[in-house]
Amino acid sequence: MGDEALDLFSQQAANRRRSHWLVASFILFFAWLGLGGDWLAWQFTKDLPPREYHHQFPFVGIALLLLAWGLVAYIRRTGAEKVLWSSGALQLVNPVSDAEKLLDNVVQEMAIAAGLPKPTIWIIDDADPNAFTTGNDPLHAHIAVTSGLLATLNREELQAVIAHEMGHVKNLDTQLMTLMAGLVGAVALISNGLGRAIFRGGVPEERAASGISRARSNMGPLVIVVLVVWVISWILAPIITRLMAMGISRRREYLADSMSAQFTRNPLALASALDKIETHSEASTHIQGGVAHLCIADPLGRHVSNLQGFVGDLFATHPPMALRIARLKAMGYQAQKAAGIFQPS
Amino acid sequence: MGAFLLFVIVLVAALLFWFVGAYNGLIALRNQTQNALKQIDVQLKRRHDLIPNLVQAVQGAMQFEKDTLQAVIEARNQAVKIAASGSDLQNVARTAAAETQLTGALGKLMAVVEAYPDLKATTNVGQLQEELTSTENKIGFARQLYNDTATQYNTKQQQYPTSMVAGLAHAAPAQLWEITDDTERAVPKVDLSMKPKS
Repeated sequence: MGDEALDLFSQQAANRRRSHWLVASFILFFAWLGLGGDWLAWQFTKDLPPREYHHQFPFVGIALLLLAWGLVAYIRRTGAEKVLWSSGALQLVNPVSDAEKLLDNVVQEMAIAAGLPKPTIWIIDDADPNAFTTGNDPLHAHIAVTSGLLATLNREELQAVIAHEMGHVKNLDTQLMTLMAGLVGAVALISNGLGRAIFRGGVPEERAASGISRARSNMGPLVIVVLVVWVISWILAPIITRLMAMGISRRREYLADSMSAQFTRNPLALASALDKIETHSEASTHIQGGVAHLCIADPLGRHVSNLQGFVGDLFATHPPMALRIARLKAMGYQAQKAAGIFQPS
Repeated sequence: MGAFLLFVIVLVAALLFWFVGAYNGLIALRNQTQNALKQIDVQLKRRHDLIPNLVQAVQGAMQFEKDTLQAVIEARNQAVKIAASGSDLQNVARTAAAETQLTGALGKLMAVVEAYPDLKATTNVGQLQEELTSTENKIGFARQLYNDTATQYNTKQQQYPTSMVAGLAHAAPAQLWEITDDTERAVPKVDLSMKPKS
C-alpha cells in the first residue's frame, strides 16, 4: 500500500510539474514566435534610411505573449466545458432509467473508492463504447461515457472503466490532458490563422522584400539561421503539439489501469471491459480528434495503437489494447493465486 | 568560523524544514483518515435509512420469513444505537462489529428475496435491490479507502524518523475496519420447499 501511495504522490507531483512545463513552454514558444519576429524585423529595418519605418518596439512579441497568457487563462477556466461541448455530451442531472441510475450509483461508488467528490456525469449519444474525463482539478471533474458503453458493459465492467477514469482524475492526468486538449486546439488555430496573417498581410510584402534584399548584403549568417528556424517553427507548431499530446497520454493509460484495479480490487473486470470495448469499437461520430487522448480507448477506430515500435510510439494516443489486457490479466491471476482460487483453464 | 556558522545555520534550517514537513504530513494523514471514516458513516446512515423501506416493501409477502426480517430489524436498531454514540479512530472495531452483523442479516434477506421471483418482479423491490447493492458497494469501498488511508497513517507514524514527531503531533494508531465474524462471507441457506403466500 505504501508503495502505491508513493507512486500516486510522485505521479501527482510529476503531473503538476508537467502542467507547469507545458504552460511555460507554450508561453515561451509564443515568445519565440513573437520576439523572434521582432528581432528579425529589427535586423531588417535598422539599416534603412532614417525616414523609413524602424522596428524598435517589440509589439508583436508583447502581443503574442499577452495572447498566450490569455489563452492559458481561458483554457484553465473553460477548457472542460469546451471539451464536453465538442463531443455533444449531455449532463445527467436526474437519473430516470435503470441504466442511468446504475451509472449514477457506480460513479458514486468509485468516487468513494478514490476518496474524491463525485464528478459531474455526462452521457454522449454514440454507439462507440468509450469514456473520458475532463476538468481543471479533482474537485471539479467531469466524467463522460457514451451510450454505447452503457449498452455493452455489465455492472462490474462499467465499474472498472469508471474506476480507470477516476484514476486519471486522482493522479491529475485529467487536468494536464484538458490543458493539452485546449493548447493543441489553440496552436492549430493560431498557426493557421495568425501565421497566415503575418506572412501574407501583417508585414507589407514589398517593404519586407526590400528590407530583406537590402539587409542581405550586410547580414550575418545568424540572422539567416534565425529566420529559417522561425519560419519552420510557425509551420511545425501544430504537428509538434499534437505529437506531444500523444506521447504524454500513452504511458498514463497503464497507470490508470492499475489504479482501476486498486479501486475495484478486480483487474479482470477491466480486462474484460477493454476486450468488449475493443471488439465493439467503431469510429465515433461524436468524439473529435482533439479529444482522442482523453478517452479510455482510441475513439477514431484507428489501429495504429495496435502497432508496436516506432510508428506506434509516435502516432498512437493509446498503448496496444492487447498489452493492456495482458497486464490486467496477469494482475488478476496473481490475486487469484494468492487467494488460492486460481484455476488455469 | 564564518563557514562553520553558515553550516550550522543551514543544518538547523534543514532540520526545521524536515520537522515541519513531517509534522504537517502526519496531521494531513490523520485528517484524511478521519474524513475516510466519516465517509463510511455517511454510507452507513444511508443504509440505516434504506432498511425500513425495504422491510416495508417485502414484509407483506414474507410473513413466513419472520425470523430473517426480525434479524435485520434488530441488527439495524443495534447499529443505529452504536452509530448514535459516535465513532472515532480508536473505537472503529465496535461500529464495525455491529455493521458486520447487519450486513450478514441483510445478505440473508436478499438471498431469500432472490428465491421469490414474484417479489423480485415488483418494481419497488427491484429498485430497492439496486439501491441496496449500491449502498453495500459504497460501504465496501468507503471501508477500503478508510483501511488504506489508516494503514498509510499508521505506517507513517511508526516509521523512523517520522516516529520521532508522532508524539508531538498526537498521532495514535487508527483501528482498521475489520470484518470480525464471517457471517458476511457465509452463504445463507434458503429453504426452497417453502412456497410464498400469494
